[in-house]
Amino acid sequence: MSGEAIAIVGASGSGKSTLLGLLAGLDVPTSGTVEIEGQDFSSLDEDGRAAMRAKLLGFVFQSFQLLPALNAQENVMLPLELAGVSGAEQSAVAMLKRVGLGERLHHYPKYLSGGEQQRVALARAFVVKPKLLLADEPTGNLDAATGSAVIDLLFEMNAEAGTTLVLVTHDEALAHRCGRIIRLAAGSVVN
Amino acid sequence: MAFKMLARDWRAGELRVLALALVLAVTSVTSVGFFADRIRQAILRDAHQLLGADVLLDADHPWTAAIPDEIKRRGLAFAEVMSFVSMARGESATQLSGVKAVSSGYPLRGKMRIAPALNAPDETTDGVPEPGTVWVDERLALALERKVGENLQLGDASLRIGAILTLEPDRNGSFFNIAPRLMMRIEDLPATGLVQNGSRIRYNLLAAGDSGPVNEFEIWVKTRLGRGETLQSLENASPSVRQSIERGEQFVGLTALLAVILAAVAVSLSTRRYTARHLDAFAVMRCFGTRQSRLLALSACEFAILGVVASVIGCALGFLAQYVIAAFVAQFVDAVLPTPSPLPALQGLAVGMALLLGFALPPLLQLKNVPALRVLRRDLGAPNEAASLAWGLGLVVIGALLVWQAGSVKLGLTVLAGFALCFAVFGVLAYASLRFAGRFGSAAGVTWRYGMANLRRHAGANTVQVLALALGLTAVLMLSFTLNDLISTWEKKLPPDAPNRFLVNVQPAQIDDVQALFREAGIAAPAIYPMVRGRYVAHNGQPINVEAMEERERRSVEREFNLSFMEAQQPYNAVIEGRWFSPDDLRTGAFSVEEGMAKRREWKVGDTLTWQVAGRNVTAPITSIRRLDWDSMRANFFVIATPALLADAPASFISAFHLSEGRQAFANSISQRFPNLTLVDMSAILKQAQVIIDRVVQAVRFVFLFALAAGVLVLYSALLATQDERAREAALMRALGASRSQILAAQRAEFLMLGLLAGILAAASATAIGWAISRYVFDFPYQINYLVGLAGPLAGLACVAWNARAGARAALNHPPLLVLREA
Repeated sequence: MSGEAIAIVGASGSGKSTLLGLLAGLDVPTSGTVEIEGQDFSSLDEDGRAAMRAKLLGFVFQSFQLLPALNAQENVMLPLELAGVSGAEQSAVAMLKRVGLGERLHHYPKYLSGGEQQRVALARAFVVKPKLLLADEPTGNLDAATGSAVIDLLFEMNAEAGTTLVLVTHDEALAHRCGRIIRLAAGSVVN
Repeated sequence: MAFKMLARDWRAGELRVLALALVLAVTSVTSVGFFADRIRQAILRDAHQLLGADVLLDADHPWTAAIPDEIKRRGLAFAEVMSFVSMARGESATQLSGVKAVSSGYPLRGKMRIAPALNAPDETTDGVPEPGTVWVDERLALALERKVGENLQLGDASLRIGAILTLEPDRNGSFFNIAPRLMMRIEDLPATGLVQNGSRIRYNLLAAGDSGPVNEFEIWVKTRLGRGETLQSLENASPSVRQSIERGEQFVGLTALLAVILAAVAVSLSTRRYTARHLDAFAVMRCFGTRQSRLLALSACEFAILGVVASVIGCALGFLAQYVIAAFVAQFVDAVLPTPSPLPALQGLAVGMALLLGFALPPLLQLKNVPALRVLRRDLGAPNEAASLAWGLGLVVIGALLVWQAGSVKLGLTVLAGFALCFAVFGVLAYASLRFAGRFGSAAGVTWRYGMANLRRHAGANTVQVLALALGLTAVLMLSFTLNDLISTWEKKLPPDAPNRFLVNVQPAQIDDVQALFREAGIAAPAIYPMVRGRYVAHNGQPINVEAMEERERRSVEREFNLSFMEAQQPYNAVIEGRWFSPDDLRTGAFSVEEGMAKRREWKVGDTLTWQVAGRNVTAPITSIRRLDWDSMRANFFVIATPALLADAPASFISAFHLSEGRQAFANSISQRFPNLTLVDMSAILKQAQVIIDRVVQAVRFVFLFALAAGVLVLYSALLATQDERAREAALMRALGASRSQILAAQRAEFLMLGLLAGILAAASATAIGWAISRYVFDFPYQINYLVGLAGPLAGLACVAWNARAGARAALNHPPLLVLREA
């Protein structure tokens, strides 16, 4: 359902990342189909899926995955530019201000703390106004206090934008903040 | 174990670039080494024949009878040779030829080979030409259109061609030998009428025998040598040939080292990659209890095996490549070259191992410091303490290689400093332009921006790449364009009617007739200048002390010198100090001297010079110093006297004139009317010089190609060093919605800029060097060749094309899912 928050939990090797990869169109299923917004993801070629991602998806990774060659603002602008959206700069600046980094627009990732980097990643994820936000262990590399601040921000922004959130986590407390929990074991949904 | 590791790493493709860099460096050095070795061996082999004797006495004047008598008295074999250049004539053609008049018995060492006709098989001979006959080489026979059995004209004598001369043992590379050879009996010389006052003739006495009497004679004769007389024995045979070959070898050897230096960068980069990739493996092995020293020994062993194998392959390739060099210079190496000795291969091996020692060992040493804890905490990398050691050791190795190749510490270190300066200038330029390109990129589209941002982020590493490529390209551009431009600009600078023929050896009685001949042919009679031979004996009344002079300077002082005399100044000479002869000077006597010679000999206006002319001393003050335009191709003189000083000395006359194309018949008619005159065709000599320069340039360019290849290899190893990172980032960009074409465009933008920068830098430096040479060496305005501006960037792009492909393939090979797996 649109605007819903779903947590995917499971032990290592249970297939969480594989599921996320399939949802994002980074991989194609050997059987079955993946549909997003009524579009069959798995029937598209690699570039077709990339175009869908650019249009519909946002990502937040455990290890932030900012491009080290680009500064904070450029990192946020990147998905807009890849999708050919105009006004990328203004949107990026506004989004960085939203995550509290209005003063650090031109800082490169290596000069940002872990929490700041993940906030840039949040700005990058939300700037494209995604229908679906995929978050892979977003607090995995952060200490508890920073992690909870980032998660609060994630849920706030998610609510503002009405984005559907799929969150992969080990953290049961975090999982319970989501409306629905899907448990995986050995590649199958167990409940 | 080390072999196994090597096999595994090789299979994994970890060491290929390293091996390639070593092969390239060794190939570059050994190709030059093998070729130089062949030349050196040929000289050694021919040394005993080079003189045609055990002892050769050389003079610019006839020897007194005392020395030949002494040679004969001591029971040594004796022969006599006189050589000079003169015109030989056939029926319709004339040709300047190197005449060698020999006595029976010549040569005392080695043998000549002759053939009964052109293109007939030749055989050795013990004799010399029969009286009344000459032997000519193939070139002369062809130029004169004469066959064996027909006659040719030399001076006043008509001589029959007895055979085609195919080999003389004592032929070396002086000017006399550039002219085709005519060999005759010394007894026939008077009949030619060519031995006259002012004729430039070398008089040689040859002696040979058992080493004891020869040595005794050497000692005896050394103390009796006069001015302009020298003794040559095996030890100092053909010093000029030997020296010029050594110089050439040194120069080409140093250029070969440019490839070695660039290869060193590639070795260093690829070893770093190897180290980075083996950190985990070594940590695990440490964890299993392997000692540090064993780990180090293992990888050292692995690299040593690789080094030996790569060096051996490099030597083999170098051996093949030297045939290419030999082919380029075959035209003026007139001998069958012996096969090379194994020595250059050892040198190649040494270079390969030295590179490993200097550039692979320091990063490798880091491996032994890997903490076992890395298996648990991946962020514990290798400590970076060896970085300064790496630079230091590398610099020492390169310095040692340069000193070794240059053969002198001073020259080696000078070249090292030159390379360092070159690297610094190129480095600063490359770094600045990378930063600039990065800034300029932010205004452009996303793919371009991302490419430029990558350039900027790795500005340091990219500087090394641009630098390496630009250096190789500069060298190749210089030799492909700039040098030719300079030569053609110089040729164009000559006015179309610049003299192209020198008329030498005109006797006083012939001047009017010669000038009349010009007028009859409708050619303006050229100015004719007297030449008087004299010897420099005193400066400001002080006798010249030749003992204190260096060999070269001493030779130039000891030989007879051409002085001239005239009243009016030559229009193309400019007096830069003092004033031209005044009426008073003309009465009392004075000298005007050339700027360069005045500087060398420390002559100033007001100094007095004493010359010995025809047995009497002529002393007068210097009243002016002149600057000559040597390029004018006119008759120029270092020292000009007032006529009163020299007018009664025996003189011959010289003139320079322009003979237009198609007037060869006029040249022939001069030679026919005045057989004693020598007509030197300057345009032919220039053409020949041009051919030699072209060939040398091609050989050097071939060697520089190794440097270019090494530059490309640096680029490739730098690409490999960043490949993992590129792949990860490309995967991330695709996760964020980038299409393949967008990723490719970003990669292309990056490499395009690298190649363009290197190309532009190379074109700019080749042009700057060309400008500096034309401005400071040749002293004429430089014409920028816009083709260089085009060729540089194009060549730069061509060099990065492969990298761009490889980089893009690597980036797209990683599935985007990687960003989740590696997270």
